[in-house]
Amino acid sequence: MNTKKEKKRFLEIGGVQTVIASLICIILGLLVGYIVLLFINPGGAWDAMTSILKNFLYFPRPEVALEYFGSTLVKTAPLLMCTLSILFAYKVGLFNIGASGQYAVGAGLALYLALAHQMPWYVCMIAAMIGGGILGGIAGILKAYLNVNEVIAGIMLNWISLYSVNMLLTNVKESSTTYTMALKTNSPGALIPSFGLDRLFSNNRYVTIAIPLAVIIAILVWLVMSKTKLGYELKATGLNRNAAKYAGMKEKRNMILTMVIAGCLSGLGAAFLYLSGIEQWSCAQTAVPTMGFNGIAAAFLGGLNPIGSIFSAFFIQHITSGGSYVDKMVYSAQISDLISAIIIYFCGFVLFFKYCMNRKAKK
Amino acid sequence: MGEYAVEMLHITKKFPGIVANDDITLQLKKGEIHALLGENGAGKSTLMSVLFGLYQAEEGEIRKDGKKVEIKNPNDANALGIGMVHQHFKLVECFSVLDNIILGSEPVQGGFLKKDEARKKVMELSNRYHLQIEPDAVVENITVGMQQRTEILKMLYRDNEILIFDEPTAVLTVQEIEELMQIMKGLAKEGKSILFISHKLNEIMEVSDRCTVLRKGKYIGTVETKETTPEKLSAMMVGRNVSFKVEKKPAEPGDVVLDAKHLTVAGQNKKDAVQDVSFQVRKGEIVCITGIDGNGQTELVYGLSGLEPLKSGSISMNGKDITKASIRERSVSGMSHIPEDRHKHGLILDYLLEDNMVLQRYFEPQFTSQFGFLKRKEIREYSDRLIEKYDIRSGQGSSTMVRSMSGGNQQKAIIAREIDKNPDFLIAVQPTRGVDIGAIEFIHKQLIEQRDAGKAVLLVSLELDEVMDVPDRILVMYEGRIVGEFKPDEVTVEELGLYMTGAKKQEV
Amino acid sequence: MALLLQYTLIYASVLMLVALGGCFSERSGVINLGLEGTMVMGALGGALVMKYMGDLPAALMIAVVVIGSILFGMIYSLLLAVSAINFKADQTLVGTAMNLLGTAAATVFVKAINMGEDVNNVSSSIQYIDQRKAFSAFKIGNFEVSWFMILAVILLIAAHVVLYKTRFGLRLRACGEHPQAADSVGINVYKMRYAGVLISGVFGGLGGIVYITAGVSEWKFENGVAGFGFLALAVMIFGQWEPKLIGLAALLFGLFRSLSNVYSGFDILEALNIPSAVYNMLPYIISLVVLALFSKNSKAPKAEGIPYDKGQR
Repeated sequence: MNTKKEKKRFLEIGGVQTVIASLICIILGLLVGYIVLLFINPGGAWDAMTSILKNFLYFPRPEVALEYFGSTLVKTAPLLMCTLSILFAYKVGLFNIGASGQYAVGAGLALYLALAHQMPWYVCMIAAMIGGGILGGIAGILKAYLNVNEVIAGIMLNWISLYSVNMLLTNVKESSTTYTMALKTNSPGALIPSFGLDRLFSNNRYVTIAIPLAVIIAILVWLVMSKTKLGYELKATGLNRNAAKYAGMKEKRNMILTMVIAGCLSGLGAAFLYLSGIEQWSCAQTAVPTMGFNGIAAAFLGGLNPIGSIFSAFFIQHITSGGSYVDKMVYSAQISDLISAIIIYFCGFVLFFKYCMNRKAKK
Repeated sequence: MGEYAVEMLHITKKFPGIVANDDITLQLKKGEIHALLGENGAGKSTLMSVLFGLYQAEEGEIRKDGKKVEIKNPNDANALGIGMVHQHFKLVECFSVLDNIILGSEPVQGGFLKKDEARKKVMELSNRYHLQIEPDAVVENITVGMQQRTEILKMLYRDNEILIFDEPTAVLTVQEIEELMQIMKGLAKEGKSILFISHKLNEIMEVSDRCTVLRKGKYIGTVETKETTPEKLSAMMVGRNVSFKVEKKPAEPGDVVLDAKHLTVAGQNKKDAVQDVSFQVRKGEIVCITGIDGNGQTELVYGLSGLEPLKSGSISMNGKDITKASIRERSVSGMSHIPEDRHKHGLILDYLLEDNMVLQRYFEPQFTSQFGFLKRKEIREYSDRLIEKYDIRSGQGSSTMVRSMSGGNQQKAIIAREIDKNPDFLIAVQPTRGVDIGAIEFIHKQLIEQRDAGKAVLLVSLELDEVMDVPDRILVMYEGRIVGEFKPDEVTVEELGLYMTGAKKQEV
Repeated sequence: MALLLQYTLIYASVLMLVALGGCFSERSGVINLGLEGTMVMGALGGALVMKYMGDLPAALMIAVVVIGSILFGMIYSLLLAVSAINFKADQTLVGTAMNLLGTAAATVFVKAINMGEDVNNVSSSIQYIDQRKAFSAFKIGNFEVSWFMILAVILLIAAHVVLYKTRFGLRLRACGEHPQAADSVGINVYKMRYAGVLISGVFGGLGGIVYITAGVSEWKFENGVAGFGFLALAVMIFGQWEPKLIGLAALLFGLFRSLSNVYSGFDILEALNIPSAVYNMLPYIISLVVLALFSKNSKAPKAEGIPYDKGQR
């Protein structure tokens, strides 16, 4: 045996490559975003960029910053769930662009049960999960048995879900606005408990156990994917469908199961947000929730790794929230959407970046 | 003007670790049909790729009409009037025959297609060379034979003078082959020069004027077809090289393990790939199915392993009917399968070696706990044990990404996995393809050990050395049927070659 | 009734144009999921032209607006062409990014422009009350025929002719079906795919401006184009990638889409008391059913979505 193991070059390690590629995407995204800002208004570009990146650090007083940090985390939890949903499906070779719709259905069921039937939070949460799962399952069945492209089916289901949820939630909306009634006053039992977590974030009452739950689920997804028989089968199906068949795995069942699980994750994500009370659903909404699309960004940015996703989801939410600190007299808040969209676009080049790194490492 | 349309002189083309073409000379006379004969891997396709500009030769030169030419890409070849009918047709399936023929060389006026003019020219060519087609039929609806005539017309439409046919009869029915032979003769009579790549001796004897034989990348010779016999050609193709005999005791066949009756399996084309095939494999014997690539062996194995459904027929293993059993059920009840294509079926290249080692058994209690968690430690130990036992070399042992391993070691890993499952019935399809000599010897030894341990082994192979040395019984397949059964010591390679190429046939 | 016809025809024109765009891209082998974003960009281009051109004769106005949206749509679609053709990026990912980017970028730009003019104006709207009048060809009673409807019909015919009667069309289709075959007869697959994607940008951009000028005199860019780009994809699939069928599918989908705008004008529909959301999702439900019925033997270009690698002949 050759005992002298050749040490791998730094650039050749998969994990290092992924992190570098993600960083390149972020840097390029920020750079292009900065150029756009310069183009619009050269004077305020630098300030705007720093406010976006600072987000809650914008507030000089630590307790206020902490409170807003809490709010960013509240929104990171659902984004992380959508991210996990997308990466889970992607690992099995399916593109779950339908995460947005599954998320909408989750929001609809959770809020409806909470407001119309005064159900406790855990029932609402489970209902959201099941709703998302069913929607995912529809896309999975269509794909496995009728050969319907999951991307197109997902897009159609997104819009169907959006309008269905609008319709459903109109029953529980405030009479004077288009928003659903506030949980705090109408169904306090549906609010996810915080078990004292809020005190850590200057009594930000939206901070609930949803945040640690999301992280735990990310770890669970990682466990399932890398430590269980199920994960072994699903990944095998995604990496080489023929070999999976050869090894006697049921590829169609695996496909449907994957989409159901992915749907459950997105649906649950919606419950995490709306059952915290931080936002109310607008029944006049005409756009599919962007949470699902941002999830695509975070999934790719996190190197399609559940643990990496925790960080990438936070980053995406951080800059999304950061948009609201931009000087409204100079730029609009949407510049943060712009920047995250540019970052997603560059994520398409990740394979190319890795190819370049491999070539460089070989030299 | 010289006598030759195209000359390839002293062509040498090397790939890392192998000389694919070693000083090969091929001279194609004007108006002749010149056959290029050789086994799989003899270097025929490399040579044609050099002529077509897909590869550049390291040594040697190509001459067209006696003048030296450079062919850097297929467009250069086209410009020199060299056309090729690929083994896998390059036709757009949802286009009409006419559109396919004119694609790339369309007659236009202001960008608009002049279909009438095109149609006139195509129909003229069709009549002149007796290439009957329906110009408006859609390619996916026409017979393979007509698809091939469409490919031929594509070349003629471009006024190509040198026509290459790459194994053109592989996908044709008997009648279509007969028709093609007539077409080729007709084309040659009209002055076209034809290169005919084949390993079917009877076709070469029938249609060609001369024949060049390659073997293992080397030029063996060029003969006048009239002055030779199929036996002589077969000998040239296979060679009489003395191969190291595999050490083995005489077989002691026991009970029937696998009983396949009247198997029919659908093919990719309209014709069934396997037609009414029946055979048995007993304990303690190695049965080899051989034949030229594409004569139904692949599909037969798909049918046996459950990868493709049977159209008709039945399979039983150890007396139990498994015709309708799932792949998993077959595997669990004692079937192992070393697949033909290790990258497509055999391995998950982006999985670690240890994960691939348990691909057929990961669900067993020894590797998965009752809560569905993989027992990583046991998997690692099992994998380490196989690596040790079967001497599988890899960079980081069990935690090596399989993609980074050499082909031979990838193959060894599959063999270790399938044999260690302790099957009653082992299917090994081309187990030594693309592996080095040392590994070949090892693999042969493993197969014979399995036999001696009382297993039933089905070997599917194209390598004549292997076919002669390893098995106890040989079945030859030709066009989806078994056309001969032999004992290895009662048959010569030349004789086998005749059966494999359809020149001879037993009533089985 | 006139209103229903009016909306049906104008929405059908939008869907037809955008679906034709998708058709050209997919026929060349590239899936364009970014049509929604391309529409927004085209709309932005046209709206900016209207804003800054002010007073022009009708014919000239139409011409410059069309050119503006086409240019914006085409340049925007380069994002897809470069990444999908040269860098072999995941086409679904890039398309999604383009959709998000389209709305975000348009909103940011328009808001910046509005704020530049009046610091207190933070809306994302562009107004074009007068300019829009140029698009009206003639009126029959209440029914207004827009030049864009006429343009859409002309382009539909043109698309059919280009795809089936020209050398370009034949080669484009070959690249989407069997790029190796196209390459083997000397066709540059990369070039043809660029052409396909850029044409989809042209059509997508045009569809965008037609959509935002359909019924209103100003557009709020924050709203994007409300899923019309995706609906157009459904029209394209329902139309089996054939211009003629796309025309019919667009009419059908246009009808369903316009019902949500005008159902209250019909006593029968009003009496049914169906929420507007149902009318909104109707087109999508129908697409999904259609997809489920037709995908088993779909006529989708065989090589769509697969990056072409010259090395793998």
